[in-house]
Amino acid sequence: MQNSLMLTPELIARIDREIAKYPVEQKQSAVMAALAIAQEAAGWLSPEAIEAVASYLEMSPVAALEVATFYNMYDLKPVGRHKLTVCTNLPCMLSGGMHALEYLQEKLGIGLDETTPDGKFTLKQGECMGACGDAPVLLVNNRHMCCSMTPAEIDRLLAELD
Amino acid sequence: MAILGSINPILTAGLDGDRSWRLADYVARGGYSALRRIIAERTTPEQIIAEVKKSVLRGRGGAGFPTGLKWSFMPRTLPGDKYLICNSDEGEPGTFKDRDLLRYNPHAVIEGMVIAGYAIGATRGFNYIHGEIWELYQRFEDALAEARAEGLVGKHILGGDFTFELFAHHGYGAYICGEETALLESIEGKKGQPRFKPPFPASFGLYGKPTTINNTETLASVPFILNMGGDAFLAAGKANNGGPKLFSVSGHVERPGNYEVPMGTPFATLLEMAGGVRGGRKLKGVIPGGSSSPVLSAELMMDCTMDYDSIAKAGSMLGSGAVIVMDETTCMVKALERLSYFYYEESCGQCTPCREGTGWLYKIIQRIENGLGRPEDLDLLSSITGNIMGRTICALGDAASMPVQSFLKHFRDEFAYHIEHGRCLVPREVQRAGSGFFTASA
Repeated sequence: MQNSLMLTPELIARIDREIAKYPVEQKQSAVMAALAIAQEAAGWLSPEAIEAVASYLEMSPVAALEVATFYNMYDLKPVGRHKLTVCTNLPCMLSGGMHALEYLQEKLGIGLDETTPDGKFTLKQGECMGACGDAPVLLVNNRHMCCSMTPAEIDRLLAELD
Repeated sequence: MAILGSINPILTAGLDGDRSWRLADYVARGGYSALRRIIAERTTPEQIIAEVKKSVLRGRGGAGFPTGLKWSFMPRTLPGDKYLICNSDEGEPGTFKDRDLLRYNPHAVIEGMVIAGYAIGATRGFNYIHGEIWELYQRFEDALAEARAEGLVGKHILGGDFTFELFAHHGYGAYICGEETALLESIEGKKGQPRFKPPFPASFGLYGKPTTINNTETLASVPFILNMGGDAFLAAGKANNGGPKLFSVSGHVERPGNYEVPMGTPFATLLEMAGGVRGGRKLKGVIPGGSSSPVLSAELMMDCTMDYDSIAKAGSMLGSGAVIVMDETTCMVKALERLSYFYYEESCGQCTPCREGTGWLYKIIQRIENGLGRPEDLDLLSSITGNIMGRTICALGDAASMPVQSFLKHFRDEFAYHIEHGRCLVPREVQRAGSGFFTASA
């Protein structure tokens, strides 16, 4: 089946580890993790990837699409190599979250939800990441949280990311 | 280290290094002794629940519901699967205590979950971890692996008859999943849209089975309660408000971070521990219990002690213990605009009053902030909140409305000034300087 080509044996093994967390008849519980794994592998979630996940978990494609569109961290369009999500919610805002976003926009020459022409950076505004004591925070590729960002810290981060 | 201070710490005692999260370090601090005693002495679930009731531990996720009572609702002897869920989907603006517990003391969460599972007769547990803290989801997985290898989780725990499987579930960015029935939907692999209650999770929860959902800090408190005794835990707080509590202090303070202090500690003491208002500026307002709790003026707040009853008396809620401090450089219209955007963005869309109402609230506050407010807007905002509250399946609609009502109540003049003059009472450059971003040293 063509869909299964999207999920390599390595990805399948990772998804299987997630499926094992839930009762045998509840494979669908692994859909969030499986979509995250598929997204990580391809950089974004294409309709084909969503279908492949749905088919592997024996759920309807639309049910998987519902999940993919409901949760903020899934990318349904291609993003740059490094997706930077800046929290601008109130506690971060009080410590410069909005200013960090403004600084990044200027530095990268792009607006919100845009990607630099070289495909390196995508800029997003995020909602509360539960890290307000380290404000302002930003998240790199859904994974790595950068804390207490200052202009100098942001410069350093941008230089480090290739 | 983001746990920056404490008075008579219990949950955060001895957490002083990078390795404090490890099993060996936790055991050296007395960890898993409560679980070992329960298994060895065959303590009955009734005894455990009685002890937790005695401690007057109240749910640390925001609602403050007595934990022992919640556990007693579970039909423990009913055959079939039953579930325990730890709610670590911490995404209420201002709240970041569970993140530090998972970072520095994950085994206290695991031990608390196993004991809770034992007390309610659960067969399997899940810890639902907020999407954005992937690094701590990984750490929790590592801590779980350590516990499994030592026979502290899984089949025949510590050689006894009790079997309890425990897993971590990683969220992916939806505030609403902190609502317990939305969280259950999410674990089932669906959109996180809250369910009608009743039926309550204790009778119809995960996969339709009896389920108890507790907050991370609540569960992490359990081993300590059983070690020190319910009475001693209660005495560590104040009457009807048992134990110590982690307070997340953010915003305009010198040292934002987590502070573990006894329930009933004066707000002034907590503020002082956090280094006071940033730059010695004047306090303007405080949101005492996470973004959903009503804002209080500086005067009201300075008279409060940090417990459910005192904050409620002042007209707000202790909630999750997330204290957002705003000083005189804050534009209260701007602050409310950002909060309202949050609820608009995070409304799950299921109930019309919330889906539409949060959008209207945001748009109206946005136009006030941008100098396009109309004289009738303040009454309009009140009317919308009145039509959202109590008319939705879950509490997100109320959570979106309470900030609007309280900001208008305590800072109405500032909103009126915006509407009348088309600009802010607090000059833009003052607001800009207040964040400290552009003046921060590397």
